[in-house]
Amino acid sequence: MNKRRVVITGLGVCAPNGVGIAAFIEALQQGKSGIRFQPKLKELNFSCQIAGEPLLNDNLLQNYFTPLQLRGLNSSGLVYGVIAGKDAWNDAGLPIAEKETPDWGSGILFGTGILGADKFRESIYQIDAKNVRRLGSGSVMQVMASGISAYLGGMLGCGNQVTTNSSACTTGTEGVLMGYERIASGKAERMLVGSCSDSGPYLWAGFDSMRILPRAYNDNPTEASRPMSATASGFIPGSGAGALVLESLESAQQRGAKIYAEILGGEVNSGGQRGEGSMTSPNSEAVVRCIKAAIENSGIDASQIDAINGHLTATSKDALEIENWSSALGVSGLDFPYVNSFKGLFGHCLAAAGSVECVGAILQFHKGQVFGNVNCSDIDLGIVEKVHPSKIPQKTILHAPRILAKASFGFGDVNACVIFGAFND
Amino acid sequence: MKQEERYQILRTIIKIYLPEDVSVDEISPESNFINELNINSANLVDIVLDVEDKFNIRLENEDMEKMQTVNDALAIIERKLSE
Repeated sequence: MNKRRVVITGLGVCAPNGVGIAAFIEALQQGKSGIRFQPKLKELNFSCQIAGEPLLNDNLLQNYFTPLQLRGLNSSGLVYGVIAGKDAWNDAGLPIAEKETPDWGSGILFGTGILGADKFRESIYQIDAKNVRRLGSGSVMQVMASGISAYLGGMLGCGNQVTTNSSACTTGTEGVLMGYERIASGKAERMLVGSCSDSGPYLWAGFDSMRILPRAYNDNPTEASRPMSATASGFIPGSGAGALVLESLESAQQRGAKIYAEILGGEVNSGGQRGEGSMTSPNSEAVVRCIKAAIENSGIDASQIDAINGHLTATSKDALEIENWSSALGVSGLDFPYVNSFKGLFGHCLAAAGSVECVGAILQFHKGQVFGNVNCSDIDLGIVEKVHPSKIPQKTILHAPRILAKASFGFGDVNACVIFGAFND
Repeated sequence: MKQEERYQILRTIIKIYLPEDVSVDEISPESNFINELNINSANLVDIVLDVEDKFNIRLENEDMEKMQTVNDALAIIERKLSE
């Protein structure tokens, strides 16, 4: 069977610089940062005391959870994921399945890295104190990785595949591709895809301990995350969730859904931690292969790509990533597409990064803009060799992307690249 | 504390666990938690914890096994309070 066309009909986001699509758009357009000083990290002797964390209003959760679900709820990733997921579903104009029967054609693929760290910690202390009977019924669901897809599955009544993927920084982007494949092959009509990541010291500590997080910006957090900058000094940890409703073109057109963009194809692969690859460093050959394959799988020519949203975390690897993009697309200088990284504004949301960033990338189609980079007026010289500065927008520009390549590269030497296209009937 | 007061406290505890289509007015002393009130069996342990916290008592596994109806719960509470 020929692969069916898949489009994006709903978006939802819970990001450090914007909770909800409207706030997120404004923040991206205007370069508003969601990276803030975190008193808790200072109290716990972290070197990096800043991070990106979504700001939730007191009453917001009541719009997403029943009083029973709120009882003992202590999993921030789950909360972010439910907010983003339900918002995306509503944005797509899709109904909640009725009481007796699920929607067999709709599935969920919502990833995470580690879920419910705070809840697990709470439980661990009870267990160690020999109080296992005090845990109650909520601990398992809030802590199991698939908790997020399970909660959303029940809230929305999805009867197709309901699962959680996990591939470190690649999780969200990989999830988009897995959901796309499920629909393209005819196994589902709609897939809610996305990913989430807890906030807090227990998520971020490992990175701080590796000494890879910037220590010099605790007093000026908004300048700390500097993708593509000559003075980049490491990624800033973030958190949150992004969600997209993917839908077969037939289903979308049949119900008159609004279409944000189309998924033309993509690829996932790994560098096998061979060659220059390691657990924490990419194998460039694999990265280039992944991007090239994504382009081929999408049935386009590399020259058609006019925008890139990179992984670009603000480490010394940014220049290498740009070099790999240049290699894969066979372009440089003024021919290089517009390139941006949203991490300057909200840090690296870890498992949520790919999906929050995919949402941002799609919003560029929606608004006919390429959102500006921040903190890289001093572009790394290695990058300037490959990309003309005019293609690294320092503020939001009017340019409606036609074909956008989005990639994420994760710990484990894993890669994912998805190609989005402006929807043409 | 009188029996009626305990009953009202218990009703308040149970309320949050009722499914959407069961109103708190449907709770009666004879109500069976699972079969009549349609409370998810997974939540019985939560009800037990709430009862323990509210009445400052401790329920053992054997007590929980006998707790099928609101009246059962009241009987266990009374017994534990007098121990």
